[in-house]
Amino acid sequence: MPDFVTSYLGSTLTPGEAGNQFWALVYVFVIFAGVSLAVMSMNWLERKALAHFQIRLGPMRTGPHGLLQPIADAIKLLLKEDIIPAGADRFVFWVAPLIGLLAAFTVYTVIPFGPSQAVSDMNIGILFMLGVSSLGVLGVVVAGWASNSNYPLIGALRSSAQMVSYEVAMGLAVVSAILMTSLNETGTGTLSMIGIVRAQQEQGVWFIFKFFPLGLIAFIVFAIAMVAETNRAPFDMAEAESELTAGYHTEYSGLRWSLFMLAEYAAMISVSSIAVTLWLGGWMRPFSRLLRGSAWDLIFSLFPAVTFMGLAAVAFVGVVRMPRRSDFKVQKIGLAVFGWLLGFIALMLLIIAIAGRSNGAAIPSTVNQSIGYIYWFLLKVAVFMYLFIWYRATWPRYRFDQLMRVGWKVLLPISLTVLVATAIVGILLS
Amino acid sequence: MTLSDENAANIVAGTTQDHVSGNDSPKTYLDSNELIINMGPQHPATHGVLRVILKLDGERVLGTECVIGYLHRGVEKIAENRTYAMFNPYVDRMDYVAAVSNGLGYCEAVEKLLNVEAPARAKYIRVILAELNRIASHQLWLGTHALDIGAMTPLFYTFRDREEILKIFEKYCGARLTTHAFRIGGCLYETYAGFEKEVKNFVKFVTPKIDEYEALLTGNRIWMERTKNVGVISGPDCIALGVTGPVLRASGVQWDVRKAQPYAAYSEFEFEIPVGTTGDTYDRYLVRMSEMRQSLRIIEQAVNGLPEGPIMAKVPKVIKPPVGEIYHSIESPKGELGYFIVSDGTTQPYRLRVRPPSFVNLQALDVMVRGLLVADVVAVIGTIDIVLGEVDR
Repeated sequence: MPDFVTSYLGSTLTPGEAGNQFWALVYVFVIFAGVSLAVMSMNWLERKALAHFQIRLGPMRTGPHGLLQPIADAIKLLLKEDIIPAGADRFVFWVAPLIGLLAAFTVYTVIPFGPSQAVSDMNIGILFMLGVSSLGVLGVVVAGWASNSNYPLIGALRSSAQMVSYEVAMGLAVVSAILMTSLNETGTGTLSMIGIVRAQQEQGVWFIFKFFPLGLIAFIVFAIAMVAETNRAPFDMAEAESELTAGYHTEYSGLRWSLFMLAEYAAMISVSSIAVTLWLGGWMRPFSRLLRGSAWDLIFSLFPAVTFMGLAAVAFVGVVRMPRRSDFKVQKIGLAVFGWLLGFIALMLLIIAIAGRSNGAAIPSTVNQSIGYIYWFLLKVAVFMYLFIWYRATWPRYRFDQLMRVGWKVLLPISLTVLVATAIVGILLS
Repeated sequence: MTLSDENAANIVAGTTQDHVSGNDSPKTYLDSNELIINMGPQHPATHGVLRVILKLDGERVLGTECVIGYLHRGVEKIAENRTYAMFNPYVDRMDYVAAVSNGLGYCEAVEKLLNVEAPARAKYIRVILAELNRIASHQLWLGTHALDIGAMTPLFYTFRDREEILKIFEKYCGARLTTHAFRIGGCLYETYAGFEKEVKNFVKFVTPKIDEYEALLTGNRIWMERTKNVGVISGPDCIALGVTGPVLRASGVQWDVRKAQPYAAYSEFEFEIPVGTTGDTYDRYLVRMSEMRQSLRIIEQAVNGLPEGPIMAKVPKVIKPPVGEIYHSIESPKGELGYFIVSDGTTQPYRLRVRPPSFVNLQALDVMVRGLLVADVVAVIGTIDIVLGEVDR
C-alpha cells in the first residue's frame, strides 16, 4: 500500500493537520455521503415522528414502514420536470440553490466527530463555521429575488432579516463559550473546534454546566437562535406555508427544490454539531470524569453495539407485528433483512468493542475509540434533530415582527449579559 | 374598501404590471410603490377559493379587496325552479361543514310559511344534530385556524374527534357531510337503536378532548402573541357591518339567535352565551371553545329529555304555502343564518334569499386587517371562519 495511505493510520491528527490530502479527500467523501444519507433518513424520521405526534402512521406503503420512502422521493424529485419561470433571472435562479448547498456542506470540514475525526482542524474553526453557514442566507435571498415573484420575494426578505439578526445573538452566545476555553494556566483560549472540546476535556466539565447557570443560558440562547437560523418551526416564516405558499422556494421544483431541502437539513445538522461541540462536550462520552476506570470504559464502549441491537430488535418486533397476510410477505422479508443488517452491524461493533481493548489485539484500540467518539457525537446531534421535529409538532409559527423582537430585545441582551458575566466570573475565579 | 390604485384595477383585469417578465425597463423593479399581492383563489390559507388582493407597504397591509364568486352555483336562483321539498338538499351545499344547520333553518322557514310546527321529538332530534354539527364545525375551524397560524398538530386531533360526529350522522341519515337530515314538518328518520347511548358516549368522549386542544393552544405563548390584539373589531363596528355569530359575541355583544329568538326546542334548555371582551382573535378563539362546551351541555339535556312521540307533523304531500313572505333565522355555527322566502302560492318559491353568515362576516376582514401584517391576514381569515360555499352560494 502506498505510503501516504498507511502513514496516516494511527495518527492522532486530522488529515488537514497531518497534511495528508488523500485522507482528507476520503473524509470529504465520507462526510458528503454520510450527510446526504443522514438527510434522507432524517426526512423519513421527521415524517414518521411527526406522524406519531399527530396520531397518524406516516409513510407505510413504500417499503416496510415506509423505509424506502426517501429513496422514492429522491427518484421522483430527480425525474421531475425542471421548471424555470419565464420571468426569472435564469442564471441567478440556477445558482441560488447551489450557494445554499455549498454553504451548508462546506461547514462540515471543521466539524470534529472525534479528536482526529475531522477533515481539518482550523485554528479559526468556529469563526469559519459561523462565517460560512451565514452564506446560506445568500442563497435564500438570491432565490427569492431571482424568482421574480411576490411571495418568494417576501419570503426572502423575511429570512434575510431573520437570519442576520439571529446571527448576532448566536455569535455572542458562542463567544461566551469561547471565553470559557481560556480558563487554563496559560490563559489563552482557542477558536479551534477540536480545541474547544479539548478545553472541556481538560476542565472536566461540559460548558453547558460551567458557571451554572451561565453556560446553560448561553446554550439556550444558542439553541433558540439556531432554530431561527435554520428557518425551522416555530421560526419558519421564510417558508411559512399558510402565508407565503412556500416562501423563497415557491417557484422551485424538482431537483432544485430538493437541493434547498438538502441544504436546510444539512444546516440543521451542522448547527446542532456546533451546539454539541461548544456546550455538550463534542465527542466526549457522558460522565467521563465521574465514572472512570477500565470497567466503565468497557461498559460505555458497548453502547454503540447496544444501540444497534435495540434498533434491530425494534425491526424484528415490527416483523412479528405485521399482519399475517400474503400481501405483506415482501414487506416482512424486507424488514427482516433490515433487522439482520442492523444486527450484523451490532455484532461487528460488539466484536470491535471487546476484541479491540488491548493495544496488541488484532484490531487496534484506536478503532474502538474512534467508534466511541463518533457514536457519542452523533447521538448528541440526534437529540437536537429530534428536538427540531418536536418543536415543529408543538408550536405555532411566530409572526415576523415578533420574531425580530425576540431576537433583538430578548436574546441579544441575554447573551450580552451572559457574556459579560462569564468574563467577570472567569476573572474572579482565575 | 375598493383599491383606488390603478395597479389593483390591472390585477383584477388579470394584467399585472408590477412584476412582468424581463422586457420591462429596470425602473419598474426599483419603484417604491405599494406591493400588490394576489392571495388566492389557490392559496393554502384562504379556506377554499377566496381571493384577497392585498395592498402592502412592506409587510404591512394597507388595504384588502375580496374577490368572491369562484364557487358560485346560483343556489338562490335554483330555488325558484324547484319545489320546496326538492330544494331542501341544495341548502346543505352552502355551508357544507354545517349542513345540518342549513337544513334546519330552511325547514323551519318553510314550516313557518306553512304555519305547521314540528313535533317535540323532531325538535329535540334537530337540536341534538344541529349542536353536534356546531361542534364539528368548530372543530374544523379550530384545526384549520391553528394550521394557518402554524400549529400543525391540533388539525389532526380535531379531525379525529370530528370523525365521531360524522359517524353519528352517517348512522342517522346515511350521509356524513351533506346530511339532508331534516324534512319540512319534522324528521324523516327515527333515531337508530343506540342513538342516545352513542350521543351520550360522544359527550363523555369529547369533553376531555376539548381540554386537550386547549392544553395545546390556550396558554401557549406563541399562540397568544399571534392572536391577542390581532384583528380587533369593536361591538358597534360588528353591528354596523352586520357581523354575527362568535365574531360578534367575542366583541362583547351578547347576541345569539338561540336565546334572542328561540327556535326549535332551544327555549327548553339551559345554556350560556360565551361573550368576549376585546374582540380580538384570541377572544374569538376562547368564545368558540366555550361554545363547544355549551353545545355539549345542550346535547346532554336534549338526549336525557328526548320525548316520545311522532317525528313528523301533518304536512300536505304537495307543499303549497299560502301567498306571503317569511324571514326566519337560526344561529348557525358561523352566525345568523337567515332564509327569506317569498311565496306566490305555487309549489315553488317566487324568490328565496339566504342571509349567509360567512358572506356578511367576511365584510369585516378589511376593517380587521388594516395596518396588520401579512401573517395576520391568514389568522384573521381563519378567525372569521368562512366557508366559501356559503359566501358564494
